[in-house]
Amino acid sequence: MKNKAKLLAYPYIVWIAIFIIIPLLLVLVYSFTAGNIHDTSTLTFSLKSYEKVFNILYLNILWKSFKLAFISTFLCLTLGYPVALIISRAKAKNKSVLLLFFLVPIWMNFLLRTYAWMAILSPNGFINRLLKIVGLPSLAIMPGQTAVVIGMVYNFLPFMVLPIYTVLSKIDKNVLEAAMDLGANKLLTFIKVILPLTIPGIISGITMVFMPAVSTFVISQLLGGGKELLIGNLIEQQFTVQRDWHFGSALSIILMIMILISMAFMSKADKGDEGGATLW
Amino acid sequence: MSKKLIELKNITKSYNDMVAVDHINISIRENEFITFLGPSGCGKTTTLRMIGGFEDPDEGDILFDDIRINNVPPYKRNINTVFQRYALFTHMNVYENIAFGLRIKKTPSNEVDKRVKRMLKLVDLEGFEKRHVDSLSGGQQQRVAIARALVNEPKVLLLDEPLGALDLKLRKEMQIELIDMQKNVGITFIYVTHDQEEALTMSDTVVVMNKGIIQQIGTPVDIYNEPKNKFVADFIGESNIIEGIMHEDFLVEFSGKKFKCVDKGFSKNEKVDIVVRPEDIDITTPEDGLLEGVVTSVVFKGVHYEMLVESKNYEYMIQSTDMQREGSQVGLSFSPEDIHVMKG
Amino acid sequence: MVMKCIKRLYMGLIFLFLYAPILVLIVFSFNESKSRGYWGGFTLRWYAELFRDRDIIKALYYTFIIALLSSIISTIIGTFSAIGLHNMGLFGRKMILNINYLPVLNPDIVTGVALMTLFVSLNLRLGFLTMLISHVVFNIPYVILSVLPKLRQMNKHMAEAALDLGATPFIAMKKVIIPEIMPGIITGALMAFTLSIDDFVISFFNTGSGVTNLSIVIYSMAKRGVKPSINALSTLMLITVVILLLLINKRSTKGDELLP
Repeated sequence: MKNKAKLLAYPYIVWIAIFIIIPLLLVLVYSFTAGNIHDTSTLTFSLKSYEKVFNILYLNILWKSFKLAFISTFLCLTLGYPVALIISRAKAKNKSVLLLFFLVPIWMNFLLRTYAWMAILSPNGFINRLLKIVGLPSLAIMPGQTAVVIGMVYNFLPFMVLPIYTVLSKIDKNVLEAAMDLGANKLLTFIKVILPLTIPGIISGITMVFMPAVSTFVISQLLGGGKELLIGNLIEQQFTVQRDWHFGSALSIILMIMILISMAFMSKADKGDEGGATLW
Repeated sequence: MSKKLIELKNITKSYNDMVAVDHINISIRENEFITFLGPSGCGKTTTLRMIGGFEDPDEGDILFDDIRINNVPPYKRNINTVFQRYALFTHMNVYENIAFGLRIKKTPSNEVDKRVKRMLKLVDLEGFEKRHVDSLSGGQQQRVAIARALVNEPKVLLLDEPLGALDLKLRKEMQIELIDMQKNVGITFIYVTHDQEEALTMSDTVVVMNKGIIQQIGTPVDIYNEPKNKFVADFIGESNIIEGIMHEDFLVEFSGKKFKCVDKGFSKNEKVDIVVRPEDIDITTPEDGLLEGVVTSVVFKGVHYEMLVESKNYEYMIQSTDMQREGSQVGLSFSPEDIHVMKG
Repeated sequence: MVMKCIKRLYMGLIFLFLYAPILVLIVFSFNESKSRGYWGGFTLRWYAELFRDRDIIKALYYTFIIALLSSIISTIIGTFSAIGLHNMGLFGRKMILNINYLPVLNPDIVTGVALMTLFVSLNLRLGFLTMLISHVVFNIPYVILSVLPKLRQMNKHMAEAALDLGATPFIAMKKVIIPEIMPGIITGALMAFTLSIDDFVISFFNTGSGVTNLSIVIYSMAKRGVKPSINALSTLMLITVVILLLLINKRSTKGDELLP
């Protein structure tokens, strides 16, 4: 039965060859070539695209993307951990209500959520109007890096909270009692027992925030007003407006590699990977 | 007579509308191995947790060394606990688990090392320092939990059904080890179990509980031989419990006959419950027996045969190596010392 | 107690942060004036305009159809592939799973761009079909992710028991395995559906010929500035989401676990 069952996977192998492996190979090939992409005969091997990346202009953009993603991830972690902790300690009936209402925003469309901040932060937006009424000078938050960070934190905070909450809720109550039994007060129990046990959740959360944050182009476009270009915007431009697919591919490959390196880094820190359970 | 270490005065605890522990009073002495025994839900674990500080009593006082400790948190009590499912710290190895309490108290490293190594020797886990707790068997995890608690040299060790998850043979070995440990270390062990055999094997004192109330306190021998009421008689060992009447001191009637017995102090013709242990009944010929009956069931149990004999509307259980066939007529015989009369 | 107050205050602030933007949108969806500063009076006209807006209606239609089709297709392919993978040797399985998870691990811009280059080099016109295919591509891994653990949890002797009792492998699959892993299948399908409905980046790069989805439409509108009918859309969306989640939660309190 086993032998027959595994045949079920073979069509999928063909599928992933066509739709996952080949596309990535194409991008790789384009990154290492120059010429007209619509006419394969004009393609020649070239490192021009990669050299272009090393222009200070583009390196700045790379740096800015990572910087903003780090800041957002850090904020999500420091703001989100207490949330996970509070919810995990809530009384049973409050717990499900809290979780429910915490999850409502992420079920709303991602663009709507980002757009919502435009309404608040823009020069004519809610905050500034309010400030005007009170007589205070307006804040030029948007467009700008701060607005982008706010947008990132807003969108990705639940993805930091959920994995941490999942791990917290799995900690055996007896283990906490054991720590107290052995002389640790509440603070020490948190530092020496709870925190270390939630590290897998923290790493999950960091991964689920950092990755989309560093590669976004929507948030930076809408809240950065097109002036705060991140690597995502750069790539998007190459494939739409600029039509330099080779450069775009090179940038994509570099983005991919940098993310794979960060994730390898992360999974080294986390000795027990569960694969399936860490997504929710 | 060693001094009183812990006193529970009028302790009561309820959950929602259910009374888990109902006004219990008990003193626990230094160096005592005392076991709270009873079925699930009798309140024994709740009592233990209150002593440990994980639950607060609704009413009553808990005294430790004559000081009221109701409001003292667990980390300030000189008591340590071995939890039912060990509750080991999975992110630390064996050494760090055991050292945890010492590190909290900021014990110097060389002292920590000395004491942890001594503990590992005591629980027979030398060489396991660096092992991860997940890689250990149930019995080994058990011993780490014990070491982790004992290394802090508490005055009292609380054990919440610690052997429940082990297989039979290992459980029996651990029982003996725990008894030895208690004697060596010389501190009070407060043990909770639902296994009456375990309680009888290990304890100096047994506290039988049911529905939140203490049924009887005594040594294992007392509890077994002189159960105070039907519940204790039924819970401890196998019993034949028959209703009867106590005519006068040393004379009781049941199963249609009067028997000489060794109990006194009941009112004339008081309704009583009589206990006769299966192993105390001998099988004789129908003519020689005090009672006559028919064998209705014979089961081989290895160490003896367990037989049911019906006599005068009661099915007596007999444990004997003297096998009888089902359906045969037999006589039952026992001596006056084997008849135990309890209040009905 | 001080701690309790701090906790409540903190959670209150967090929820304020989460809901403030949405609430602002909702309030201004009833605003007569287009501006986000002035209150020009209560009106429902933006809702009316929303229902008259062809672009939005069309986008909603495509969003829903693609999500539905994609989740169905990916659930079927994903479930059978998971069963196949579960019965494969360790080495092959690991390798395929690692490749399978690439769309999950990669940022969506890379996945989107890569698929686009595939379609273009095959000279396929970007439109409904390409959008559908790209959704299926990133949905299947999530289905496998949900189904595989359930297969692992399943007692491996179950299938053998079925065969022992006379079932052919096909019947064993239909009557024993599939019902047993159904929770995983449903979760996978729901995840696929949700991800499709909300997708922007991958759709953005792989569609054309007038086929759009909700996210793309909002993006183009937002780039050009504010359109009050988007506010109206937000309100309706919030109501829908809250109702859905309440329904799910009600079902889950009757036994199955959807919230941890």
